[in-house]
Amino acid sequence: MTDPMARTSPMTSSSVVAPTAVHGSQVPPQPASGPAGPSSAAPLASKDKPRSLGSDAILELRRDPIFIVASILILFLVVMALFPGLFTGTDPRDGDLSLSRDGPSAAAWFGNDIQGRDVYARTIYGARASILVGILATLFVTLLGGTAGVLAGYFGKYVDSILSRLADIFFAIPLLLGAIIFLVSFPNDGGTSDIAAILKVTIALALLGWPSIARIMRASAIQVKQADYVQAARAVGAGNARIIRSHILPNGLAPVIVVATISLGLYIVAEATLSFLGIGLPPQVISWGGAISDAQNYIRQSPHMLLFPAAFLSVTVLAFIMLGEAVRSALDPKLR
Amino acid sequence: MGRYLIRRLLQMVPVVIGTTLIIYAMVWALPGDPFAGKCGDRPCPEAYVAAQTAKFNLDEPFPVQYAFYMGKLVTGDFGETFSGRSVIEEIGRAYPTTLRLAIIALLVEIVIGITAGVLSGLRRGRFLDNLVLVSTLLVISIPIFVVGFVLQFVVGIKWGLAPPTVSGNAPWAELLLPGFVLASTSLAYVARLTRTSIVENIRADYVKTAVAKGLPQSKVVGRHVLRNSLIPVVTFIGADVGALMGGAIVTEGIFNIRGIGGLTFTSIGQREGATVTGVVTVLVLVFLLANLLVDLLYARLDPRIRYD
Amino acid sequence: MNIIEQGVGPWLPDATAAPLLEIRDLQVEFRTRDGNAKAVNGVSYQLEYGQTLAVLGESGSGKSVSAQAIMGIVDSPPGFVTGGEVLFKGTDLLTLPEEQRRAIRGRHISMIFQDALSALNPVFTVGFQIGEMFTTHNGLSKKEAKLKAIELMDRVRIPAARLRVDDYPHQFSGGMRQRIMIAMAIALDPAVLIADEPTTALDVTVQAQIMELLTDLRGESNMGLILITHDLGVVADVADKIAVMYAGRIVEQASVHDIYADPAHPYTEGLLASIPRLDMKGQELAAIKGLPPNLMRIPAGCSFNPRCPYVQDVCRADPAPPLEVVPGNRRSACHFWEKVIDAPVA
Repeated sequence: MTDPMARTSPMTSSSVVAPTAVHGSQVPPQPASGPAGPSSAAPLASKDKPRSLGSDAILELRRDPIFIVASILILFLVVMALFPGLFTGTDPRDGDLSLSRDGPSAAAWFGNDIQGRDVYARTIYGARASILVGILATLFVTLLGGTAGVLAGYFGKYVDSILSRLADIFFAIPLLLGAIIFLVSFPNDGGTSDIAAILKVTIALALLGWPSIARIMRASAIQVKQADYVQAARAVGAGNARIIRSHILPNGLAPVIVVATISLGLYIVAEATLSFLGIGLPPQVISWGGAISDAQNYIRQSPHMLLFPAAFLSVTVLAFIMLGEAVRSALDPKLR
Repeated sequence: MGRYLIRRLLQMVPVVIGTTLIIYAMVWALPGDPFAGKCGDRPCPEAYVAAQTAKFNLDEPFPVQYAFYMGKLVTGDFGETFSGRSVIEEIGRAYPTTLRLAIIALLVEIVIGITAGVLSGLRRGRFLDNLVLVSTLLVISIPIFVVGFVLQFVVGIKWGLAPPTVSGNAPWAELLLPGFVLASTSLAYVARLTRTSIVENIRADYVKTAVAKGLPQSKVVGRHVLRNSLIPVVTFIGADVGALMGGAIVTEGIFNIRGIGGLTFTSIGQREGATVTGVVTVLVLVFLLANLLVDLLYARLDPRIRYD
Repeated sequence: MNIIEQGVGPWLPDATAAPLLEIRDLQVEFRTRDGNAKAVNGVSYQLEYGQTLAVLGESGSGKSVSAQAIMGIVDSPPGFVTGGEVLFKGTDLLTLPEEQRRAIRGRHISMIFQDALSALNPVFTVGFQIGEMFTTHNGLSKKEAKLKAIELMDRVRIPAARLRVDDYPHQFSGGMRQRIMIAMAIALDPAVLIADEPTTALDVTVQAQIMELLTDLRGESNMGLILITHDLGVVADVADKIAVMYAGRIVEQASVHDIYADPAHPYTEGLLASIPRLDMKGQELAAIKGLPPNLMRIPAGCSFNPRCPYVQDVCRADPAPPLEVVPGNRRSACHFWEKVIDAPVA
């Protein structure tokens, strides 16, 4: 049987299959990302230190303007998510109906939403939920998918068959559709806590996103498993756990990191879309998707209610995708 | 080719079973009240509970439940909406519209995406290439509903070039803008993938051979490079159909299109879990079919797969 | 006389005394972010009808790049032909417009490459790819081209050609694929065939078959053959004369007999000495110490000086030793060629 997991070989960057995301299932790889690619190649090795892909990559990243910009942005956004109080003193839940739908002013930089709440404050506080979901989802997907992939690739045979079939099945369900089913089956009622709601969305995304990472890890594991140095390690008495830890995992790390970083951005989009549809985060959790959803009927009269959260959302996603692309360029040995 | 087809069909069987099983399990068979939330915010009416229990054999053990369910699927019974209409009927009514929308989106995605990608790949590093790279990155980052709203506002309302909502029978002309919105993210991916593919294939050894044979540049690129470059793009477009389905839900919601996406959109809004599940199950099966077709096309294009 | 108008082979020397192919002082530079590398640094050699010239050297010696410059297929950027002449029957190809160069490729001068699997397009049948030579240059129809392709496949001794003409490259073995490449290359009876490491990716028995095929084909059509390789073993039976390259320059040129019997350059000597032989059993394998130079930082003077057993101070100083004439119709770029010739062959 043609092995569906093997059809795309993710080790060559040309065919990395990124996770099934909301829209656009795969992020196609780019040898050079934006207008200003990495500035110059890493210097020739100094006599004593051996060059490794990792150290080369770090050197290259440090000089890549895209990486720098993306990292700064992300840092900024993470700080915003962790300490929203630093950016605004206004309470995002405080609504004054007399100010409903007012445009931007000196008092409210981004204007007010339907309930008279400060859009700026809501946008700042909204970062937390979105970024949290993105990070958690990526974390779960990487752990779950990575483990499955390593086990399937390394141990082969039955383990592989079962895990691969499982991955096929979940892979066959498009991300958004699957998340919709999941969230519709476990709806939020009045009693759902914020954390529970966030976890639900996270699990929904993770459940559907793990096959992509699994495939990458599996392909990498299969490749490394057959390498001479692994045979050598076995001959010296290294056990499975050790081989996996020292050889399989590090080798699969590179493509997984690239895909995971890019997926992070895509999961944030997914969460926003789900919240927009009304089945993501509940209204009491401040999120960008929810804000956009609330604002959709007034786009003609009060575009500011939608545009500001939308802009922040887009910039966040852009930052993560740029980061992923920069990392991919740095790790792509073909550019050496 | 025949052998390949059979292999793929055999492979599909466990996946079809698996996906329907998972969907079914998530909706009806998990611990707890299977009717929680299925009727909006209120508990379901007694009659409905009784009818659905009988219909889905919810009193029986799980394997039996599932067996009956599969039986129903095979005969085309995907459940009912609250208003009592069968889901399959609703889908039958709605799918022509969505099909039109999808065709427009696919055409846009393929034509503009591949053209942009090819031009970009051939002029690597130059202005056009950078323009394409930046714009596609932006499009990917902006969620489809934002694109939808913004374009609806700007093109539909401000400029008045297209109607902001689509009328009941959804003629082709009115579907152009929504189709474009639906295609936007996919277009960006297709362009980037094509570009990468071209850039890689241009450096391939067989290109050197083709040039050494004295072939004109037009044949080297137009025939040799293009054919190889489009193979991964075809595969991607197939897989992307799934994302298009998700996107259609959003797009049809925004533009008020009464297609399958719109059906799902309103059902979600009204918390009609059963309807949503029915529609989504159909969509997943269609997706699997689309993937199969794409795989066959892929085998047609790449002889290495065919003669494995 | 316009080269392009000339008919096809078998080739006879024409009235002019110009050699069939000659490159003079060819310079090819690669410009990268880390600096400029002189891949070909003043290389000159000649080829006559019916002659086999072997260009011998390690990876990075510039042997392939000089051949690519002849064909006009140097990867540009980053490669640029910065000087010299490529004279095909007296006409400098480097001065010709691209359209005319393209007309020459495949028809008058053709090339085969090392890895036939990647050098052939995986998505087209071999019949189609061979036939392309005829549809492109001679305007034949697809059907006619296919018949010609079958003929050629027979000529290069591919069994059951008629059945296999619609197969794809990956369905053939390595040796068969190389024959297909050769078929494409000789399709239009070129005057010159350049074989860039044609046997490196093949195993030994197949290597011999391919070399035999090439020699037979050359004999049939009297074309000139340039054989680029790093493998001394392959060259012995086949070549008439050898040009040894190192770091972008030719360091020795001589008949095949002279090179093997009595090298006149320390590098050639080292290459010959490093071939393992049965009668050396039990002894240490000889190797040339050191590594080939980084082409962006070629040592001053003779580029081989860090590794040379004969090195003296004059070797380390510019200018690099010129390719001097050595008695017996040979050349060597070594200040001390006499010593090398006198030294006993290992």
